[in-house]
Amino acid sequence: MSESKQEHLTGSEQPESAGRRAFLGTSAAVAGASLVPGVILYSAAQGRAPGEPASSAVRWGMLIDTAKCGDGCSDCVTACHDENGVAHKTGPQDPQWIRKVDIRNLQTGARHSLPMLCQHCEHPPCVDVCPTGASMKRADGIVLVDRHICIGCRYCMMACPYKARSLVHEPLTDQNPEVPRGMGCVESCTFCVQRVDRNETPACVEACNAQGHNAMLFGNLNDPESEIARTVKTYATTEVRADLNLNTGVRYQGI
Amino acid sequence: MARPDNWLSMGRWLRLAALFGAAAVLAVPSFEAAAGADLPKLERGKGERCVEDTATMRRHHMDFLKHQRDDTLRRGIRTTKHSLKGCVECHASEKTGSVASTKDDFCMACHTYAAVKVDCWACHATKPPAKPAQAALPAGPAASPMMSAPSAGAAK
Repeated sequence: MSESKQEHLTGSEQPESAGRRAFLGTSAAVAGASLVPGVILYSAAQGRAPGEPASSAVRWGMLIDTAKCGDGCSDCVTACHDENGVAHKTGPQDPQWIRKVDIRNLQTGARHSLPMLCQHCEHPPCVDVCPTGASMKRADGIVLVDRHICIGCRYCMMACPYKARSLVHEPLTDQNPEVPRGMGCVESCTFCVQRVDRNETPACVEACNAQGHNAMLFGNLNDPESEIARTVKTYATTEVRADLNLNTGVRYQGI
Repeated sequence: MARPDNWLSMGRWLRLAALFGAAAVLAVPSFEAAAGADLPKLERGKGERCVEDTATMRRHHMDFLKHQRDDTLRRGIRTTKHSLKGCVECHASEKTGSVASTKDDFCMACHTYAAVKVDCWACHATKPPAKPAQAALPAGPAASPMMSAPSAGAAK
């Protein structure tokens, strides 16, 4: 095959430039796939390599359809707390990463049931007020607490308009090796960052879909091809407390 | 004139000798300690060798861990070479299954001996995850450059 191409190339000018163009095209594609032999570039859709830092090209977001969210169903809460090793809440001070909220419009009487969790704001008030820099937002929009430098002052808990954060009051044992947690630190939903970094969806979303509710959708808001970006573009969705201009990563449909 | 001089030098000699004697007596136990009489006994970890040589790990393990913790939490870099989870997976005791549940477990053996309090285990799990198959996967390709040669050949 290469021999016939060679003959062609010597024959005229046109095919030569076409052949060269094709060669340049393929070599450019190869260069895009691997800059150095053995180093592979991962696109956002395929997830990133373990050594690659989170990038601001991605913004993780969640869309919750309250019409599909089951009244009285708390599978997302159970799945979250099982994944992250949070004991199921029994007392008022026990940590809670996600909770079900029932709301009613006093004027129309319309009722909705929805999960409330850290909204992963673009401008998080918890990060603004943190005196040590423990409260932080990762490049891909996930808001986290750096427990190594959290002093447990609970300023962030007061600043959060969504009551999304909890303080761990009791010493803990037998934590999930992927989710270190301990007494004296504030914590909240992490979008299951350990799973997201493995290119999986958060535990709550997985549980909701496994139950067939499909009320929760997780994805990259910055990728116009992602399902969440297309849905947000097509349907009317709302932020809770949109008046605060926090640009939340979690959005709701149907409220 | 000569007598008092001699007398003085004699006294100096005696005092020096006494000092050396005392030093020698005092030095004996510390010499024994240096030879390893009461040094902590560490369990050998799984695998052939650690991620760095022993001297480097003894001196710098805390620096590696601190660097890795910031990279992982703040930037989302999840390489396994200097991760605390990696330490736990190799060094968990065969008896207790943990690196820090008793005084003889890997971390506590040295840290008790050196009287250095270690805070890691207030939050981090001291035992490897229940399902080790998942953790073993990413360590495979990075194990050693020697390993990659036959596998690359097999791929061709």
